Amino acid sequence: MPAPMTNLLLFLEAPALLVQVLLDGILIGAIYALAAYGMALVWGVMNIVNVVQGELVILGGYLAIMFSGLGVSAFLTVPLAAAALFALGWVMYAGVVFRVTGKDMFVSLLATFGLSILIAQLINQIWGADVRSLDAELGSWLILDSVVTISRARVAALAAALVLGAALVVFLRTSRLGRAIRATAQNARAARALGVDTDWVYAATYAINGAICGAAGALIAMIWVIHPFAGLVFTIRAFAIVILAGLGNLALVIAAALGLGAAENFVGFVLGAQFQGAFVFSLLVAILVWRSRRLARSRKVLR
Amino acid sequence: MSALLEVRGASKRFGGVVANEKISISVRAGEIVGLIGPNGSGKTTLFNSIAGTHQIDGGAIAFDGAEISRLRTVDIARLGLIRTYQTTRVFKQMTCVANLLAAAPAFGGGTPALLARPERAERARADEFLFFVGLADKRGMVAGELSFGQQKLLEFAMALMRRPRLLLLDEPTAGINPTLINALMDRMRRANAELGVTLLVIEHNMAVIMNLARRIYCLAHGELLAEGTPEDIRADPRVLDAYLGAR
Amino acid sequence: MSARRWALHGALALLTAAAPFLLPALAVQLAMLWIMVTLALTWDTLGGQMGYNSFGNILFFGIGMYASAIVQVGLFHDVAAYTDPAGSGSLTFTPREYYLGLAAGLLAAPIAATLAALAFGALILGLRGPYFAIATLGLGIAGGEFAAAWGYVGGASGFLMPVFPGEFGRRALFFYALAASLGIATFAALRWLYGRRFGLALNAIRDDEDKAEALGLPTVRVKIAAWAVSAFFLGLAGAIFGNLNGLIEPREVAFSGATFGVWMVLMAILGGKGTMWGPVVGAVVFHVTKELFWTYLLGWQRVALGVLIVVIVLFFPLGILGHARRRWPETFRARVEGAA
Repeated sequence: MPAPMTNLLLFLEAPALLVQVLLDGILIGAIYALAAYGMALVWGVMNIVNVVQGELVILGGYLAIMFSGLGVSAFLTVPLAAAALFALGWVMYAGVVFRVTGKDMFVSLLATFGLSILIAQLINQIWGADVRSLDAELGSWLILDSVVTISRARVAALAAALVLGAALVVFLRTSRLGRAIRATAQNARAARALGVDTDWVYAATYAINGAICGAAGALIAMIWVIHPFAGLVFTIRAFAIVILAGLGNLALVIAAALGLGAAENFVGFVLGAQFQGAFVFSLLVAILVWRSRRLARSRKVLR
Repeated sequence: MSALLEVRGASKRFGGVVANEKISISVRAGEIVGLIGPNGSGKTTLFNSIAGTHQIDGGAIAFDGAEISRLRTVDIARLGLIRTYQTTRVFKQMTCVANLLAAAPAFGGGTPALLARPERAERARADEFLFFVGLADKRGMVAGELSFGQQKLLEFAMALMRRPRLLLLDEPTAGINPTLINALMDRMRRANAELGVTLLVIEHNMAVIMNLARRIYCLAHGELLAEGTPEDIRADPRVLDAYLGAR
Repeated sequence: MSARRWALHGALALLTAAAPFLLPALAVQLAMLWIMVTLALTWDTLGGQMGYNSFGNILFFGIGMYASAIVQVGLFHDVAAYTDPAGSGSLTFTPREYYLGLAAGLLAAPIAATLAALAFGALILGLRGPYFAIATLGLGIAGGEFAAAWGYVGGASGFLMPVFPGEFGRRALFFYALAASLGIATFAALRWLYGRRFGLALNAIRDDEDKAEALGLPTVRVKIAAWAVSAFFLGLAGAIFGNLNGLIEPREVAFSGATFGVWMVLMAILGGKGTMWGPVVGAVVFHVTKELFWTYLLGWQRVALGVLIVVIVLFFPLGILGHARRRWPETFRARVEGAA
């Protein structure tokens, strides 16, 4: 019998295993939601599809591992990685991204593609190609007659992701900068006419996205593994979530992300982890096709 | 004679905003019809509905007797219904003559046509239309380097190159040098009379549209306000009110 | 064509034919140069002429490589037994089998790659730029993952190609001839296509896809066809490179997103995207620079690639040829389309 079938039958014999697999996936999905929300933010405000998104996440993970190596406690690495990538985001905006905002998307795609290669290879050069992770040393809970284990780090990561997401929404709703960001997203020219320094707003948006990615990366390193070239799949995940959930709706983003996490983990378990990337890609294509078919019925195109 | 274009009760809403409310117009083959109305009255929305840019929320649109309100833009264009854009859209990195060749009707002819070079007659026609709109000397120039008015003329020539049966022109004289407006009006009339192109024209310049069109529809606040000959329209107090915002 | 043009083309042809004899030690490098020219040219079909970024064209390179490998071996042996690390050493090929297999492989590769492009294109080319770009990002990875997990073709340990039967010096010449023919054929075919209505349609889609649709251009069909054409030549390039390299490794050779996959983008924009000669110039400049200076970068080569792409996109967007054309419009002027 082929391995996928045996794995499926395992679920029948031990339904708790299914719970385990889905739960693990959902807990990881929360972090996808963060990366996707950041991508939606940059896309919505700056009209840039940030191809380098996944590499920023991975970089956040490596920085967290580095900080931890310096003796910082695991959960403090999250704000530290976020702060470091906030700064890097600002630098990237000032050095590169500001030159492509407002230009044709063809150009910003190429430029952020270049950045993604740059960062992935830089990580590879500095930290090596090995798979790494960060042990938060929190242990696990056992539930369902001790069959299902829940890693406390994963639950903490989920909580952290939710808190971060909520904080972000509150920030965008209430703060001055948040309002400026939303105004720029709606109509940059009008915002400029009303005295909003859109260039500053763009820089802040890109930096905030960096911080989100940094935090997400630190959390990922804690509950999963990272390697220099894992970023690409994160970009694709974030993109798939965004086109499924739209640019503005955090609740939908979270739902889509948790769903993706669960589906991915399920498929990874049944077919083998090496197919997880291919699955994410296939899912993206399926979502794209589904969305465009639906839009085509009302004569619209995805753009 | 039956209508070439028949819009019956077309409605279009964007969110809560009603852009077109049950608009009915009809254009007979060979006519030049005007479409006027103050800014925001829904003229371009109506064009977009007809040309298939978006889905209408209610009503029907028939071209040459066949329903087109669910067709894709490409298929509507293939039927011979071509539109120009208020913002002017040409292929900016291509030369003027290439812009015209890219608008040739031969592109509807399947793969063999795609793999053929533009025919001699097609090139000749491209040159004729460049001459027709006064851009013959800009033939090899990249379209993006033309002035706005020249791009507008180029877009008009491209539309004619496509051999349309019905041409929707969105503010053809906007941005055109005033000394050239009479020449452009003459070209529109000639396109109508000599090439047999039926015209539906959105125009803000009253002098132009009163002079050009035989019949005029006036929109206001997304609704059809009045229709009739230029004289009727000019004499209609509601039209004046709409423009002066006295409603 | 003017006399000057003829002279230029003649000189290039002569140089092409003489190069491996003049520099026999570099014959393999020169063959690689032609592969690179093909990669840059095929990327430019979408990236330059049509205005669609594809970050996953490497998929077709890899598919072509594996398709030809399977056919070359499968015609004469059981592929699974051949790739089985336990007993592969005993399976060999007579010269006749080798050449026959290679010919069949070179036939199968472009067919497989083209079919893949048609299938994926039909799925995702109805979409606009960014959706297509991100979707293609996944293509190369997915290809590599499938190949690495597919035991039939050797999985992650790769696929050892049949050994060239002739003497060693002849091998380089043979593959140089193949690669040069491919490069020239690709150039000629693309130039032919760009000179047809097809080329006008590509450029129209690049400049304003909505407008092209409003004029009745068959945009979706043109987009899919363009991708299929570039996949055709990429598949051939993959087949030739697989044989030249000898070992097909799924992630580093066949679906090598980090090397060939990035290089093709870089070479096209470096030379000048959307021009006929730009990708050729970009490939030559990049390949020569790479061969001369790569070792001095001490492992930072791939980092430098990312920097280069960013710098070119930001500061040198027209590329070498586009820049030259702006600087010296008379010498490098664009061929006026439709000029009699």
